[in-house]
Amino acid sequence: MCLGIPGRIVEMRHDTGLPMGVVDFGGVRREVCLAYVADEVSVGDYAIVHVGFAISKVDEEEAHRTYQVLREMGELEELSWIREAADAAASVDAPGRPTGTQSDGVGPSAPRADA
Amino acid sequence: MKYLAEYRDPKLARSLVDRIRREATRRWTLMEVCGGQTHTIVKQGINEVLSDAVEMIHGPGCPVCVTPLEQIDRALHLAARPDVVFTSFGDMLRVPGSECDLFQIKAKGGNVRIVYSPLDAVELARRSPDKEVVFFAVGFETTAPANAMAVWRAKEQGVRNFSVLVSHVTVPPAMVAILDAPDNRVQGFLAAGHVCTVMGWTEYEPLALRYRVPIVVTGFEPLDILEGIWMAVRQLEDGRHEVENQYVRSVRREGNRPAQELVERVFQVVDRGWRGIGVIPASGLGLREEFADFDAERKFALGFIRADEPAECRAGDVLRGRIKPFECPAFGAACTPESPLGAPMVSSEGACAAYYNFGRFRRAAGED
Repeated sequence: MCLGIPGRIVEMRHDTGLPMGVVDFGGVRREVCLAYVADEVSVGDYAIVHVGFAISKVDEEEAHRTYQVLREMGELEELSWIREAADAAASVDAPGRPTGTQSDGVGPSAPRADA
Repeated sequence: MKYLAEYRDPKLARSLVDRIRREATRRWTLMEVCGGQTHTIVKQGINEVLSDAVEMIHGPGCPVCVTPLEQIDRALHLAARPDVVFTSFGDMLRVPGSECDLFQIKAKGGNVRIVYSPLDAVELARRSPDKEVVFFAVGFETTAPANAMAVWRAKEQGVRNFSVLVSHVTVPPAMVAILDAPDNRVQGFLAAGHVCTVMGWTEYEPLALRYRVPIVVTGFEPLDILEGIWMAVRQLEDGRHEVENQYVRSVRREGNRPAQELVERVFQVVDRGWRGIGVIPASGLGLREEFADFDAERKFALGFIRADEPAECRAGDVLRGRIKPFECPAFGAACTPESPLGAPMVSSEGACAAYYNFGRFRRAAGED
């Protein structure tokens, strides 16, 4: 229910006093009420949209920073895995504990479209 | 899509999983509050992959699931009236009332329509002056600003044939109810990222302090959830209990002020019943007196409709984290997504439906 999808604002206007606009979600465009973010967004910005309302402007710097931190963390882990694997040359096929198979592990998923 | 795909990277997910499992010196019990998070956790198997480090209890954060039976019955009563066009978000249509659901009313000729935005319902009312258009205003704090705007616009534009059947709930009182329960096992929370996008997290600071529980404001993608779990585990391992924000790309401490202001002008805090749980004091929103003309319960005098919940459905115990869905005797037998007894089996965000749809019950039942 609280699903919010990030999209890029491509158009802004007023509809009898109400800030409205068009937001592009990876090619799909929808009418969105911008009343709650009108003071901080302009065309080209990303916003999180919930039931036809933008509820926040995506902080692109923070989005980038979070991802970078995660990626660096991932790279460090990769290095330690390689080291562990080298140390335990006898049992190279099991560095660390198993993390499950592809099907029940963590993987990419398609965006959901509910309310 | 930008800001989605990068938070689903399986390689990064694996490194976070390893990190959580390595840093947890014991098995911690966490609750994710939001149903959207439950969906991701069960679908991606995050709870299974981390089962030796954390137990995830699925909280009551699915508005569809906690809307009381009584309110569903009122919706059904309205939808069956020939003068009413009943509008709702799609996921409310299959929630079982005492005798049927909105889909069945629609099949029998009731005018039930799914809307994408509550403003669509106001527009429908403006274009259908000979009909009464009722919108089913359910949801948490995330949805309240949208529903408040619909009522505000209807009043501003003089759309008198529009009204809302309100069943709004708020998260912090439910967390307090969980923490106050004598059998509470929750040691840390993942707070709902979009609720906090609207409300900020200042309400959670006194809770973290008073109950000595870490609360991590968390997003919805697999990496967000794993990072949120990792932050909560780290706090527990360090003996800290603070509010931290994982979902920094959307949430600020003060939240969305313009949204809070309109919610405050249109709604007031009221006691609300939660399906399977009962009434929680000051846990919901109702229309303020100056918007009473837009309150469907008053307009159509619905107070006489009362309902008792079916005894064999243990939704309340699931929503409070007392049992896992597969521990309910009705799970997968008397209760399936095709023929649900309780709302958590209906919504894609309900814990019962998530376990059923992703086949988590067989393995989990054998192992847990």
